[in-house]
Amino acid sequence: MKPYLPLLCLLPFATWAADGEFSLAIRNHRFEPAEVRVPAGQKVKLVVHNQDGTPEEFESHELNREKLIAPDTRASIYIGPLKPGRYPFFGEFNEKTARGAVIAE
Amino acid sequence: MLGSAIIVFRETLEAALIIGIIAAATRAVPSRKSWILVGIGSGILGSLIVASLTGRIAEMAEGTGQELFNAGILGLAALMLAWHNIWMARHGAQMARDAKQLGQDVASGNREMSALALVVALAILREGSETALFLYGLIRGGEEGLVAVAGGGAIGLALGVAAGYGLYAGFLRIPVRLFFSTTSGLVLLLAAAMASQMARFLVQADLLPSLMDPLWDSSWLLDNASLAGRVLHTLVGYEALPSGIQAVFYLATVLLIVTGMRFAHVRPPQVSTSS
Repeated sequence: MKPYLPLLCLLPFATWAADGEFSLAIRNHRFEPAEVRVPAGQKVKLVVHNQDGTPEEFESHELNREKLIAPDTRASIYIGPLKPGRYPFFGEFNEKTARGAVIAE
Repeated sequence: MLGSAIIVFRETLEAALIIGIIAAATRAVPSRKSWILVGIGSGILGSLIVASLTGRIAEMAEGTGQELFNAGILGLAALMLAWHNIWMARHGAQMARDAKQLGQDVASGNREMSALALVVALAILREGSETALFLYGLIRGGEEGLVAVAGGGAIGLALGVAAGYGLYAGFLRIPVRLFFSTTSGLVLLLAAAMASQMARFLVQADLLPSLMDPLWDSSWLLDNASLAGRVLHTLVGYEALPSGIQAVFYLATVLLIVTGMRFAHVRPPQVSTSS
C-alpha cells in the first residue's frame, strides 16, 4: 500500500454522500425495472436486490462497473456523475435475459 | 455447456496470463515450479472459501466490503510485483550472466518466489471465486445438467490454461539479451494495471473521486468486452472508458517502480566477468 499512502490520506476529504438512491431488482434472471432513469451530472447510488436463488454479477462496460451479488442480497453501486445518455448494463451470469440500462437525463 | 465454457474461459484467461508472465519472469530462479504450484493450489482453495463467503463479505463496510476486498487484493498483488521488479533490478543482470552463481542465492530466490506465489494465489482467488459462484448458480438453477456444466467448465479451463502457456512459451523464445528487460517491463505494466483496477473499485465504493469520468472513450476502437480488449486489460490495464483517478494510479505506480528500480540497480562487480 505504500505507494498509495499519500492518496489514501486524502480520503476523508474525497467522500461525500450520494445525491440519490435508485433501486432495482433481479427476478428470474431479469432486471426490474429494465431501465433506470437517473439525473445527469450527479453521483447516484444504485441498489440492486438479487431476489433469485442464484448469484449474479452486475456488469457494465459503459459505466465501468462490476459487482457480484449473492443470492437474496442487496448490493450498492455508486455511479456517475454521468453525461446525459444511455448506459447499458447486464448480468454476466445470465447475459441473455439479464439486460438493462441506466438513462441519465 | 457453451455458456459455462465461455465464462470459465474468460475468468481463467486473466489468471493464466498473469501466471504465464510470472513463470517466464522467474525462469532463472531455482525452486520456482514448486512455488508457483503452491500459489495455484492455495489460490484455488482460497477462491472456494471466498465464494462461499461472498454474501458476508459484500455486507461488510456498509455494503462496500466486496470493493474493499478486491481493492486490497489488487493493491497487495501490485506491491509484490513492484518488489519483484526492484529485486530483479539488483539481481537480474547477475543471473543472466552467470548461471552458476544461482545456487548460492537460493535463500534470496525463495523469498522472491514466495512473493510471486502470493501474486499467483491472489490472481486465482479473484477470478476463481467468481467462476465458482457462476458454476454454482448454473447447477443450482437446474437449467443445465451437472455433466454439461462440468464439461463446459473443463473446456473453458483448458483453453484458458493453453492461452497462458502460449504466452509463457512465447516469452521463452525471446533472446536472453532482451529477456529481462521485456519481462520486467511487462511486470511493471501488470502492476500498474492492478493499481488502476484498485482505484476503480475504490471509486465504485465511493471512497475515491473519479476525477474525469470517463477520461476518454476508445470503445469504438477496442471494446473491453472483446477478447483482445480483455487480454490487453489484464496485461497492460487497457480501459476503453477509464476514469481520471485510474490514470493517476497507473502513472504513479509506473513512476514509483521505475524510481525504485533505478535506486536498486547496482553495477556488477568486475571480478565475476573475468571468471
